[in-house]
Amino acid sequence: MIEMSQVNKTYPNGVTALNGINIKIDKGEFVYVVGPSGAGKSTFIKLMYREEKPTTGTITVNGVQLSKLRNTRVPLFRRNLGVVFQDYKLLPTLTVFENVAYAMEVVEEHPKDIKKRVMEVLDLVGLKHKARMLPTELSGGEQQRVSIARSIVNSPQVVIADEPTGNLDPETSWEIMNILEAINNRGTTVVMATHNRDIVNNLKRRVIAIESGRIVRDEQQGEYGYEL
Amino acid sequence: MSFRTIKRHFRESGKSLTRNGWMTFASISAVTVTLLLVGVFFVIMMNLNHIADNIQKDVEIRVHLDPSADAANKELIGQKINQITAVDSAKFSPKEKELTNLIKDMGSDGKTFKLFEQDNPLSDVYVVKTKKPTDVIKTAKTIEKYQYVQSVKYGQGYVEKMFNVVEVARNIGIVLIIALLFTAMFLISNTIKITIVARRREIEIMRLVGATNSFIRWPFFLEGAWLGILGAIVPIAVIAGVYSYIYDTVGKNIQIKFVELLQVNPFIIQISIILVLLGALIGVWGSVMSVRKFLKV
Ligand SMILES: Nc1ncnc2c1ncn2[C@@H]1O[C@H](COP(=O)(O)OP(=O)(O)OP(=O)(O)O)[C@@H](O)[C@H]1O
Ligand SMILES: [Mg+2]
Repeated sequence: MIEMSQVNKTYPNGVTALNGINIKIDKGEFVYVVGPSGAGKSTFIKLMYREEKPTTGTITVNGVQLSKLRNTRVPLFRRNLGVVFQDYKLLPTLTVFENVAYAMEVVEEHPKDIKKRVMEVLDLVGLKHKARMLPTELSGGEQQRVSIARSIVNSPQVVIADEPTGNLDPETSWEIMNILEAINNRGTTVVMATHNRDIVNNLKRRVIAIESGRIVRDEQQGEYGYEL
Repeated sequence: MSFRTIKRHFRESGKSLTRNGWMTFASISAVTVTLLLVGVFFVIMMNLNHIADNIQKDVEIRVHLDPSADAANKELIGQKINQITAVDSAKFSPKEKELTNLIKDMGSDGKTFKLFEQDNPLSDVYVVKTKKPTDVIKTAKTIEKYQYVQSVKYGQGYVEKMFNVVEVARNIGIVLIIALLFTAMFLISNTIKITIVARRREIEIMRLVGATNSFIRWPFFLEGAWLGILGAIVPIAVIAGVYSYIYDTVGKNIQIKFVELLQVNPFIIQISIILVLLGALIGVWGSVMSVRKFLKV
Protein backbone atom coordinates (compact mmCIF):
# COMPACT_ATOMS: atom_id res chain seq x y z
CA MET A 1 0.00 0.00 0.00
CA ILE A 2 2.61 2.53 1.13
CA GLU A 3 6.25 1.62 0.84
CA MET A 4 9.42 3.67 1.30
CA SER A 5 12.88 2.33 0.74
CA GLN A 6 16.15 4.11 1.49
CA VAL A 7 14.41 7.48 1.46
CA ASN A 8 16.44 10.61 2.17
CA LYS A 9 15.15 14.14 2.06
CA THR A 10 17.39 17.16 2.12
CA TYR A 11 15.69 20.53 1.61
CA PRO A 12 17.28 23.05 -0.77
CA ASN A 13 18.53 25.03 2.25
CA GLY A 14 20.66 22.03 3.26
CA VAL A 15 18.53 20.75 6.14
CA THR A 16 18.32 16.96 6.09
CA ALA A 17 14.82 16.19 7.32
CA LEU A 18 14.78 12.44 6.66
CA ASN A 19 17.64 9.98 6.59
CA GLY A 20 17.43 6.34 5.41
CA ILE A 21 13.72 5.70 5.89
CA ASN A 22 12.42 2.17 5.20
CA ILE A 23 8.79 1.51 5.95
CA LYS A 24 5.88 -0.60 4.81
CA ILE A 25 2.28 0.17 5.69
CA ASP A 26 -0.37 -2.36 4.69
CA LYS A 27 -3.94 -1.92 3.60
CA GLY A 28 -6.33 -1.22 6.47
CA GLU A 29 -3.66 -0.28 9.00
CA PHE A 30 -3.97 2.63 11.42
CA VAL A 31 -0.59 4.28 11.98
CA TYR A 32 0.50 7.06 14.32
CA VAL A 33 3.66 8.96 13.41
CA VAL A 34 5.18 10.51 16.54
CA GLY A 35 8.37 12.31 17.47
CA PRO A 36 9.71 15.61 18.77
CA SER A 37 9.19 18.86 16.95
CA GLY A 38 11.42 19.15 13.89
CA ALA A 39 11.97 15.37 13.73
CA GLY A 40 10.66 15.11 10.19
CA LYS A 41 7.06 13.92 10.66
CA SER A 42 5.49 16.47 8.32
CA THR A 43 8.18 15.80 5.74
CA PHE A 44 7.41 12.07 5.99
CA ILE A 45 3.69 12.80 5.45
CA LYS A 46 4.32 15.24 2.59
CA LEU A 47 6.40 12.68 0.71
CA MET A 48 3.39 10.33 0.70
CA TYR A 49 1.09 12.72 -1.15
CA ARG A 50 3.87 14.04 -3.33
CA GLU A 51 3.91 17.54 -1.90
CA GLU A 52 7.67 16.98 -1.61
CA LYS A 53 9.95 14.68 -3.60
CA PRO A 54 12.62 12.54 -1.91
CA THR A 55 16.24 13.44 -2.63
CA THR A 56 17.06 9.74 -2.98
CA GLY A 57 15.14 6.50 -2.52
CA THR A 58 11.83 5.18 -3.82
CA ILE A 59 8.27 5.64 -2.62
CA THR A 60 5.27 3.64 -3.79
CA VAL A 61 1.73 4.62 -2.82
CA ASN A 62 -1.34 2.73 -4.06
CA GLY A 63 0.85 1.00 -6.59
CA VAL A 64 2.15 4.29 -8.05
CA GLN A 65 5.87 4.81 -7.99
CA LEU A 66 6.12 8.50 -7.13
CA SER A 67 9.51 9.21 -8.67
CA LYS A 68 8.08 8.25 -12.06
CA LEU A 69 5.01 10.47 -11.64
CA ARG A 70 4.91 13.51 -13.91
CA ASN A 71 3.77 16.81 -12.41
CA THR A 72 0.67 16.97 -14.60
CA ARG A 73 -0.42 13.57 -13.30
CA VAL A 74 -0.01 14.43 -9.62
CA PRO A 75 -3.63 15.63 -9.26
CA LEU A 76 -4.87 12.34 -10.73
CA PHE A 77 -2.75 10.42 -8.21
CA ARG A 78 -4.10 12.47 -5.32
CA ARG A 79 -7.67 11.51 -6.17
CA ASN A 80 -7.06 8.09 -4.64
CA LEU A 81 -5.77 9.70 -1.49
CA GLY A 82 -7.53 11.64 1.25
CA VAL A 83 -5.36 14.29 2.86
CA VAL A 84 -6.27 16.13 6.05
CA PHE A 85 -4.21 19.23 6.70
CA GLN A 86 -3.36 20.78 10.02
CA ASP A 87 -4.30 24.18 8.62
CA TYR A 88 -7.44 22.69 7.00
CA LYS A 89 -6.76 24.15 3.52
CA LEU A 90 -10.36 24.98 2.78
CA LEU A 91 -11.23 27.25 -0.14
CA PRO A 92 -12.20 30.49 1.63
CA THR A 93 -14.80 31.62 -0.89
CA LEU A 94 -16.70 28.34 -0.99
CA THR A 95 -19.29 27.14 1.49
CA VAL A 96 -18.80 23.99 3.55
CA PHE A 97 -20.89 22.04 1.07
CA GLU A 98 -19.02 23.43 -1.95
CA ASN A 99 -15.64 22.72 -0.39
CA VAL A 100 -16.45 19.07 0.07
CA ALA A 101 -18.23 18.89 -3.29
CA TYR A 102 -15.16 20.29 -5.05
CA ALA A 103 -13.24 17.04 -4.57
CA MET A 104 -16.08 15.22 -6.31
CA GLU A 105 -16.56 17.77 -9.11
CA VAL A 106 -12.92 17.30 -9.94
CA VAL A 107 -13.58 13.66 -10.80
CA GLU A 108 -16.66 14.68 -12.82
CA GLU A 109 -19.25 12.96 -10.69
CA HIS A 110 -22.91 13.50 -11.41
CA PRO A 111 -24.36 16.52 -9.49
CA LYS A 112 -27.07 14.33 -7.97
CA ASP A 113 -24.51 11.85 -6.67
CA ILE A 114 -22.38 14.72 -5.41
CA LYS A 115 -25.25 16.19 -3.44
CA LYS A 116 -26.18 12.86 -1.88
CA ARG A 117 -22.64 11.83 -0.99
CA VAL A 118 -21.57 15.24 0.35
CA MET A 119 -24.55 15.37 2.69
CA GLU A 120 -23.70 11.82 3.78
CA VAL A 121 -20.14 12.66 4.82
CA LEU A 122 -21.19 15.98 6.35
CA ASP A 123 -23.62 13.99 8.43
CA LEU A 124 -20.80 11.63 9.42
CA VAL A 125 -18.67 14.54 10.71
CA GLY A 126 -21.74 16.15 12.28
CA LEU A 127 -21.86 19.28 10.15
CA LYS A 128 -24.93 18.71 7.99
CA HIS A 129 -26.64 21.72 9.53
CA LYS A 130 -23.73 24.03 8.68
CA ALA A 131 -23.45 23.03 5.02
CA ARG A 132 -24.20 26.52 3.74
CA MET A 133 -21.72 28.37 5.94
CA LEU A 134 -18.33 29.71 4.90
CA PRO A 135 -15.15 28.33 6.51
CA THR A 136 -14.58 31.66 8.28
CA GLU A 137 -17.89 31.23 10.06
CA LEU A 138 -16.76 27.95 11.63
CA SER A 139 -14.62 27.09 14.68
CA GLY A 140 -11.25 25.41 14.22
CA GLY A 141 -12.64 21.98 15.11
CA GLU A 142 -15.48 22.39 12.68
CA GLN A 143 -13.13 23.43 9.89
CA GLN A 144 -10.99 20.39 10.65
CA ARG A 145 -14.07 18.20 10.32
CA VAL A 146 -14.86 19.77 6.94
CA SER A 147 -11.31 18.98 5.89
CA ILE A 148 -11.83 15.36 6.98
CA ALA A 149 -15.18 15.19 5.19
CA ARG A 150 -13.48 16.36 2.00
CA SER A 151 -10.66 13.84 2.40
CA ILE A 152 -13.04 10.88 2.58
CA VAL A 153 -15.78 11.97 0.21
CA ASN A 154 -14.33 10.02 -2.73
CA SER A 155 -13.85 6.92 -0.54
CA PRO A 156 -10.06 6.81 -0.94
CA GLN A 157 -8.03 3.76 -0.01
CA VAL A 158 -5.69 5.86 2.13
CA VAL A 159 -6.28 8.85 4.40
CA ILE A 160 -3.21 10.83 5.43
CA ALA A 161 -3.42 13.43 8.19
CA ASP A 162 -0.82 15.82 9.62
CA GLU A 163 -1.77 16.72 13.18
CA PRO A 164 -5.51 16.62 12.58
CA THR A 165 -6.09 17.42 16.25
CA GLY A 166 -3.27 19.93 16.56
CA ASN A 167 -5.33 23.01 17.33
CA LEU A 168 -8.23 21.38 19.07
CA ASP A 169 -9.35 20.91 22.68
CA PRO A 170 -9.36 17.33 24.06
CA GLU A 171 -13.07 16.81 23.59
CA THR A 172 -13.10 17.93 19.95
CA SER A 173 -9.93 15.94 19.36
CA TRP A 174 -11.72 12.80 20.43
CA GLU A 175 -14.61 13.59 18.10
CA ILE A 176 -12.13 13.79 15.24
CA MET A 177 -10.50 10.53 16.34
CA ASN A 178 -13.85 8.77 16.42
CA ILE A 179 -14.41 9.81 12.83
CA LEU A 180 -10.96 8.60 11.74
CA GLU A 181 -11.46 5.34 13.60
CA ALA A 182 -14.80 4.84 11.90
CA ILE A 183 -13.17 5.40 8.52
CA ASN A 184 -10.44 2.93 9.39
CA ASN A 185 -13.01 0.35 10.44
CA ARG A 186 -14.35 0.41 6.89
CA GLY A 187 -11.00 -0.76 5.61
CA THR A 188 -9.37 2.56 4.84
CA THR A 189 -5.69 2.90 5.67
CA VAL A 190 -5.07 5.84 8.02
CA VAL A 191 -1.70 7.49 8.65
CA MET A 192 -1.57 10.41 11.06
CA ALA A 193 1.23 12.47 12.52
CA THR A 194 0.43 13.63 16.02
CA HIS A 195 1.72 15.10 19.27
CA ASN A 196 -1.36 13.96 21.16
CA ARG A 197 -0.11 11.60 23.86
CA ASP A 198 -3.55 11.03 25.34
CA ILE A 199 -4.94 9.76 22.06
CA VAL A 200 -1.97 7.56 21.17
CA ASN A 201 -1.96 5.91 24.57
CA ASN A 202 -5.70 5.33 24.76
CA LEU A 203 -6.60 4.39 21.19
CA LYS A 204 -3.76 1.91 20.74
CA ARG A 205 -2.49 1.38 17.23
CA ARG A 206 0.79 0.98 15.38
CA VAL A 207 3.26 3.72 16.34
CA ILE A 208 6.18 4.87 14.20
CA ALA A 209 8.53 7.19 16.09
CA ILE A 210 10.84 9.47 14.16
CA GLU A 211 13.78 11.33 15.70
CA SER A 212 16.22 13.49 13.77
CA GLY A 213 15.02 12.06 10.48
CA ARG A 214 15.35 8.38 11.44
CA ILE A 215 12.80 5.80 12.48
CA VAL A 216 13.74 4.89 16.06
CA ARG A 217 10.73 2.76 16.98
CA ASP A 218 8.01 0.87 15.15
CA GLU A 219 5.55 -1.02 17.36
CA GLN A 220 2.12 -2.49 16.96
CA GLN A 221 -0.14 -1.27 19.83
CA GLY A 222 2.59 1.22 20.72
CA GLU A 223 2.83 4.03 23.24
CA TYR A 224 3.41 7.72 22.66
CA GLY A 225 6.65 7.47 24.60
CA TYR A 226 7.57 11.11 25.09
CA GLU A 227 7.09 13.37 28.06
CA LEU A 228 5.22 16.59 27.34
CA MET B 1 -14.37 17.15 -20.73
CA SER B 2 -18.03 16.24 -20.32
CA PHE B 3 -20.91 18.61 -21.02
CA ARG B 4 -21.73 18.46 -17.32
CA THR B 5 -18.28 19.74 -16.45
CA ILE B 6 -18.54 22.54 -19.02
CA LYS B 7 -21.81 23.59 -17.41
CA ARG B 8 -20.12 23.40 -14.04
CA HIS B 9 -17.29 25.68 -15.20
CA PHE B 10 -19.78 28.27 -16.49
CA ARG B 11 -21.74 28.18 -13.23
CA GLU B 12 -18.55 28.41 -11.20
CA SER B 13 -17.18 31.35 -13.20
CA GLY B 14 -20.42 33.26 -12.66
CA LYS B 15 -20.43 32.59 -8.92
CA SER B 16 -16.81 33.61 -8.68
CA LEU B 17 -17.67 37.09 -9.97
CA THR B 18 -20.03 37.79 -7.11
CA ARG B 19 -17.83 36.06 -4.53
CA ASN B 20 -14.77 38.13 -5.33
CA GLY B 21 -16.69 41.37 -4.89
CA TRP B 22 -14.41 44.35 -5.08
CA MET B 23 -11.75 42.43 -7.00
CA THR B 24 -14.31 41.91 -9.75
CA PHE B 25 -15.09 45.61 -9.61
CA ALA B 26 -11.41 46.56 -9.83
CA SER B 27 -10.83 44.29 -12.82
CA ILE B 28 -13.90 45.55 -14.63
CA SER B 29 -12.80 49.14 -14.01
CA ALA B 30 -9.39 48.44 -15.49
CA VAL B 31 -10.96 46.93 -18.58
CA THR B 32 -13.43 49.82 -18.79
CA VAL B 33 -10.70 52.47 -18.78
CA THR B 34 -8.69 50.56 -21.37
CA LEU B 35 -11.61 49.97 -23.68
CA LEU B 36 -12.77 53.55 -23.42
CA LEU B 37 -9.38 54.71 -24.65
CA VAL B 38 -9.20 52.02 -27.30
CA GLY B 39 -12.75 52.81 -28.40
CA VAL B 40 -12.13 56.54 -28.77
CA PHE B 41 -8.99 55.77 -30.67
CA PHE B 42 -10.82 53.39 -32.98
CA VAL B 43 -13.51 55.93 -33.71
CA ILE B 44 -10.90 58.50 -34.66
CA MET B 45 -8.85 56.08 -36.74
CA MET B 46 -11.79 54.66 -38.63
CA ASN B 47 -13.17 58.08 -39.44
CA LEU B 48 -9.75 59.15 -40.59
CA ASN B 49 -9.57 56.16 -42.89
CA HIS B 50 -13.03 56.99 -44.16
CA ILE B 51 -11.91 60.51 -44.98
CA ALA B 52 -8.80 59.21 -46.67
CA ASP B 53 -10.97 56.85 -48.70
CA ASN B 54 -13.13 59.75 -49.78
CA ILE B 55 -10.09 61.62 -50.94
CA GLN B 56 -9.00 58.59 -52.88
CA LYS B 57 -12.37 58.40 -54.55
CA ASP B 58 -12.64 62.08 -55.32
CA VAL B 59 -9.19 63.15 -56.31
CA GLU B 60 -8.67 63.00 -60.04
CA ILE B 61 -6.26 64.53 -62.50
CA ARG B 62 -7.78 66.44 -65.37
CA VAL B 63 -5.44 66.49 -68.34
CA HIS B 64 -6.35 69.29 -70.78
CA LEU B 65 -5.20 68.61 -74.32
CA ASP B 66 -3.85 71.16 -76.75
CA PRO B 67 -6.45 72.13 -79.45
CA SER B 68 -3.84 71.46 -82.14
CA ALA B 69 -3.68 67.72 -81.26
CA ASP B 70 -5.25 65.48 -83.86
CA ALA B 71 -7.07 62.20 -83.22
CA ALA B 72 -3.89 60.11 -83.44
CA ASN B 73 -2.05 62.39 -80.96
CA LYS B 74 -4.94 62.13 -78.54
CA GLU B 75 -4.97 58.37 -78.86
CA LEU B 76 -1.24 58.22 -78.19
CA ILE B 77 -1.49 60.37 -75.05
CA GLY B 78 -4.23 58.07 -73.76
CA GLN B 79 -2.00 55.04 -74.29
CA LYS B 80 0.96 56.70 -72.57
CA ILE B 81 -1.14 57.64 -69.55
CA ASN B 82 -2.45 54.11 -69.22
CA GLN B 83 1.09 52.77 -69.24
CA ILE B 84 1.99 54.64 -66.04
CA THR B 85 1.89 52.00 -63.25
CA ALA B 86 0.31 54.32 -60.69
CA VAL B 87 -2.66 55.02 -62.97
CA ASP B 88 -5.88 53.19 -62.25
CA SER B 89 -8.04 54.54 -65.09
CA ALA B 90 -8.00 57.25 -67.75
CA LYS B 91 -11.26 58.31 -69.37
CA PHE B 92 -11.41 60.47 -72.45
CA SER B 93 -13.95 63.27 -72.28
CA PRO B 94 -14.37 65.30 -75.52
CA LYS B 95 -14.84 69.05 -75.26
CA GLU B 96 -18.52 68.79 -76.25
CA LYS B 97 -19.18 66.65 -73.21
CA GLU B 98 -17.15 69.01 -71.03
CA LEU B 99 -19.39 71.87 -72.12
CA THR B 100 -22.57 69.93 -71.42
CA ASN B 101 -21.25 69.08 -67.94
CA LEU B 102 -20.36 72.69 -67.34
CA ILE B 103 -23.81 73.89 -68.37
CA LYS B 104 -25.36 71.28 -66.10
CA ASP B 105 -23.13 72.22 -63.15
CA MET B 106 -23.91 75.91 -63.46
CA GLY B 107 -27.64 75.34 -63.23
CA SER B 108 -29.73 78.33 -64.31
CA ASP B 109 -26.62 80.42 -65.01
CA GLY B 110 -25.52 77.72 -67.43
CA LYS B 111 -27.81 79.01 -70.12
CA THR B 112 -25.40 81.80 -71.01
CA PHE B 113 -22.81 79.20 -71.91
CA LYS B 114 -25.13 77.75 -74.53
CA LEU B 115 -23.84 80.49 -76.83
CA PHE B 116 -20.52 78.66 -76.92
CA GLU B 117 -22.01 75.57 -78.47
CA GLN B 118 -21.18 76.95 -81.92
CA ASP B 119 -17.55 77.70 -81.09
CA ASN B 120 -16.47 75.63 -78.06
CA PRO B 121 -13.51 77.27 -76.23
CA LEU B 122 -12.96 74.25 -73.95
CA SER B 123 -10.42 71.54 -74.59
CA ASP B 124 -10.64 67.78 -74.72
CA VAL B 125 -9.83 66.20 -71.36
CA TYR B 126 -8.49 62.95 -70.01
CA VAL B 127 -9.87 62.25 -66.52
CA VAL B 128 -7.17 60.22 -64.75
CA LYS B 129 -7.53 58.33 -61.48
CA THR B 130 -4.56 56.90 -59.63
CA LYS B 131 -4.54 53.68 -57.63
CA LYS B 132 -3.29 55.44 -54.54
CA PRO B 133 -4.21 59.04 -53.70
CA THR B 134 -0.62 59.78 -52.75
CA ASP B 135 0.49 59.16 -56.34
CA VAL B 136 -1.64 62.02 -57.70
CA ILE B 137 1.00 64.71 -57.55
CA LYS B 138 3.80 62.64 -59.05
CA THR B 139 1.58 61.30 -61.83
CA ALA B 140 0.28 64.77 -62.66
CA LYS B 141 3.84 66.07 -62.97
CA THR B 142 4.73 63.21 -65.35
CA ILE B 143 1.74 63.74 -67.60
CA GLU B 144 2.32 67.49 -67.68
CA LYS B 145 5.52 66.94 -69.68
CA TYR B 146 3.84 65.06 -72.55
CA GLN B 147 3.53 66.73 -75.93
CA TYR B 148 0.09 68.17 -76.75
CA VAL B 149 -0.78 68.44 -73.07
CA GLN B 150 -1.87 71.98 -72.41
CA SER B 151 -2.31 71.80 -68.64
CA VAL B 152 -2.92 69.45 -65.76
CA LYS B 153 -5.36 70.17 -62.94
CA TYR B 154 -5.74 68.20 -59.69
CA GLY B 155 -6.65 70.81 -57.09
CA GLN B 156 -3.05 71.89 -56.62
CA GLY B 157 -2.28 73.06 -53.10
CA TYR B 158 -5.56 71.75 -51.75
CA VAL B 159 -4.64 68.12 -52.29
CA GLU B 160 -1.17 68.58 -50.84
CA LYS B 161 -2.62 70.17 -47.71
CA MET B 162 -5.15 67.37 -47.35
CA PHE B 163 -2.47 64.74 -47.57
CA ASN B 164 -0.49 66.54 -44.91
CA VAL B 165 -3.46 66.59 -42.58
CA VAL B 166 -4.10 62.89 -43.06
CA GLU B 167 -0.43 62.10 -42.58
CA VAL B 168 -0.19 64.04 -39.34
CA ALA B 169 -3.40 62.55 -38.03
CA ARG B 170 -2.15 59.05 -38.79
CA ASN B 171 1.08 59.70 -36.92
CA ILE B 172 -0.87 60.95 -33.94
CA GLY B 173 -2.88 57.77 -34.19
CA ILE B 174 0.24 55.62 -34.01
CA VAL B 175 1.49 57.52 -30.96
CA LEU B 176 -1.94 57.06 -29.39
CA ILE B 177 -1.87 53.33 -30.07
CA ILE B 178 1.49 52.95 -28.33
CA ALA B 179 0.44 55.05 -25.35
CA LEU B 180 -2.73 53.03 -25.14
CA LEU B 181 -1.02 49.68 -25.21
CA PHE B 182 1.20 50.76 -22.36
CA THR B 183 -1.72 52.03 -20.35
CA ALA B 184 -3.64 48.81 -20.92
CA MET B 185 -0.70 46.65 -19.97
CA PHE B 186 -0.03 48.68 -16.85
CA LEU B 187 -3.63 48.63 -15.66
CA ILE B 188 -4.16 44.96 -16.32
CA SER B 189 -0.87 43.74 -14.90
CA ASN B 190 -1.59 45.76 -11.76
CA THR B 191 -4.97 44.18 -11.29
CA ILE B 192 -3.47 40.78 -11.92
CA LYS B 193 -0.82 41.35 -9.28
CA ILE B 194 -3.54 41.92 -6.71
CA THR B 195 -5.45 38.86 -7.86
CA ILE B 196 -2.41 36.62 -7.79
CA VAL B 197 -1.98 36.90 -4.05
CA ALA B 198 -5.59 35.97 -3.46
CA ARG B 199 -5.50 33.11 -5.94
CA ARG B 200 -2.18 31.47 -5.12
CA ARG B 201 -3.51 29.64 -2.08
CA GLU B 202 -6.73 28.68 -3.81
CA ILE B 203 -4.92 27.09 -6.72
CA GLU B 204 -2.58 25.20 -4.39
CA ILE B 205 -5.54 23.78 -2.53
CA MET B 206 -7.32 22.83 -5.75
CA ARG B 207 -4.29 20.85 -6.87
CA LEU B 208 -4.03 19.22 -3.46
CA VAL B 209 -7.55 17.84 -3.70
CA GLY B 210 -6.96 16.45 -7.18
CA ALA B 211 -7.93 19.16 -9.67
CA THR B 212 -6.07 18.93 -12.98
CA ASN B 213 -4.64 22.07 -14.55
CA SER B 214 -7.37 22.36 -17.13
CA PHE B 215 -10.07 21.89 -14.50
CA ILE B 216 -8.57 24.78 -12.54
CA ARG B 217 -7.97 26.92 -15.58
CA TRP B 218 -11.39 26.87 -17.23
CA PRO B 219 -13.43 28.77 -14.64
CA PHE B 220 -10.65 31.37 -14.52
CA PHE B 221 -10.72 31.73 -18.33
CA LEU B 222 -14.45 32.19 -18.34
CA GLU B 223 -14.31 34.56 -15.41
CA GLY B 224 -11.78 36.64 -17.31
CA ALA B 225 -14.04 36.67 -20.34
CA TRP B 226 -17.00 37.86 -18.24
CA LEU B 227 -14.88 40.59 -16.68
CA GLY B 228 -13.87 41.79 -20.13
CA ILE B 229 -17.38 41.70 -21.52
CA LEU B 230 -18.80 43.51 -18.49
CA GLY B 231 -15.99 46.03 -18.79
CA ALA B 232 -17.07 46.78 -22.35
CA ILE B 233 -20.55 47.96 -21.38
CA VAL B 234 -19.70 51.45 -20.17
CA PRO B 235 -17.30 52.27 -23.04
CA ILE B 236 -19.88 51.15 -25.60
CA ALA B 237 -22.61 53.24 -23.99
CA VAL B 238 -20.38 56.31 -23.72
CA ILE B 239 -19.00 56.04 -27.24
CA ALA B 240 -22.41 55.38 -28.78
CA GLY B 241 -23.89 58.37 -26.96
CA VAL B 242 -21.12 60.83 -27.64
CA TYR B 243 -20.61 59.73 -31.23
CA SER B 244 -24.30 60.07 -32.10
CA TYR B 245 -24.28 63.52 -30.55
CA ILE B 246 -21.21 64.60 -32.49
CA TYR B 247 -22.57 63.13 -35.68
CA ASP B 248 -25.92 64.91 -35.28
CA THR B 249 -24.69 68.35 -34.23
CA VAL B 250 -21.09 69.01 -35.17
CA GLY B 251 -20.98 66.72 -38.20
CA LYS B 252 -23.79 68.58 -39.91
CA ASN B 253 -22.18 71.98 -39.50
CA ILE B 254 -18.89 71.03 -41.08
CA GLN B 255 -19.36 71.23 -44.79
CA ILE B 256 -15.89 70.56 -46.11
CA LYS B 257 -16.22 68.25 -49.04
CA PHE B 258 -14.14 65.30 -47.81
CA VAL B 259 -14.82 65.58 -44.10
CA GLU B 260 -17.79 63.36 -43.63
CA LEU B 261 -18.19 61.15 -40.55
CA LEU B 262 -19.13 57.49 -40.73
CA GLN B 263 -22.84 56.86 -40.34
CA VAL B 264 -23.92 56.06 -36.78
CA ASN B 265 -25.89 52.95 -37.60
CA PRO B 266 -23.51 50.28 -38.83
CA PHE B 267 -20.48 51.99 -37.32
CA ILE B 268 -21.51 51.90 -33.66
CA ILE B 269 -22.51 48.25 -33.97
CA GLN B 270 -19.11 47.44 -35.47
CA ILE B 271 -17.35 49.33 -32.67
CA SER B 272 -19.45 47.53 -30.06
CA ILE B 273 -18.55 44.13 -31.44
CA ILE B 274 -14.88 45.06 -31.58
CA LEU B 275 -14.93 46.33 -27.98
CA VAL B 276 -16.71 43.25 -26.62
CA LEU B 277 -14.26 40.93 -28.36
CA LEU B 278 -11.32 43.03 -27.24
CA GLY B 279 -12.65 43.08 -23.68
CA ALA B 280 -13.05 39.30 -23.62
CA LEU B 281 -9.56 38.95 -25.04
CA ILE B 282 -8.00 41.26 -22.44
CA GLY B 283 -9.89 39.49 -19.67
CA VAL B 284 -8.89 36.01 -20.74
CA TRP B 285 -5.31 37.12 -21.28
CA GLY B 286 -5.23 38.59 -17.77
CA SER B 287 -6.60 35.40 -16.24
CA VAL B 288 -4.22 33.20 -18.18
CA MET B 289 -1.28 35.27 -17.00
CA SER B 290 -2.38 35.24 -13.37
CA VAL B 291 -3.10 31.52 -13.25
CA ARG B 292 -0.21 30.27 -15.38
CA LYS B 293 2.42 30.93 -12.72
CA PHE B 294 0.80 28.57 -10.26
CA LEU B 295 0.22 25.63 -12.51
CA LYS B 296 3.37 23.56 -12.42
CA VAL B 297 3.80 21.52 -15.56
N1 LIG C 1 10.11 23.63 3.22
C1 LIG C 1 11.21 23.44 4.01
N2 LIG C 1 12.38 23.99 3.63
C2 LIG C 1 13.48 23.81 4.39
N3 LIG C 1 13.50 23.12 5.53
C3 LIG C 1 12.36 22.56 5.96
C4 LIG C 1 11.16 22.68 5.22
N4 LIG C 1 10.19 22.03 5.87
C5 LIG C 1 10.77 21.50 6.96
N5 LIG C 1 12.06 21.80 7.03
C6 LIG C 1 13.02 21.37 8.05
O1 LIG C 1 13.01 19.97 8.10
C7 LIG C 1 13.04 19.50 9.42
C8 LIG C 1 11.85 18.61 9.69
O2 LIG C 1 10.65 19.39 9.61
P1 LIG C 1 9.21 18.78 9.75
O3 LIG C 1 8.25 19.85 9.43
O4 LIG C 1 9.14 17.55 8.93
O5 LIG C 1 9.16 18.43 11.28
P2 LIG C 1 7.96 17.90 12.16
O6 LIG C 1 8.40 16.62 12.72
O7 LIG C 1 6.71 17.90 11.37
O8 LIG C 1 7.87 18.99 13.31
P3 LIG C 1 6.57 19.50 14.11
O9 LIG C 1 6.25 18.45 15.09
O10 LIG C 1 7.03 20.74 14.78
O11 LIG C 1 5.50 19.73 13.08
C9 LIG C 1 13.07 20.73 10.31
O12 LIG C 1 14.41 20.94 10.70
C10 LIG C 1 12.61 21.85 9.42
O13 LIG C 1 13.26 23.04 9.75
MG1 LIG D 1 4.86 18.96 11.39
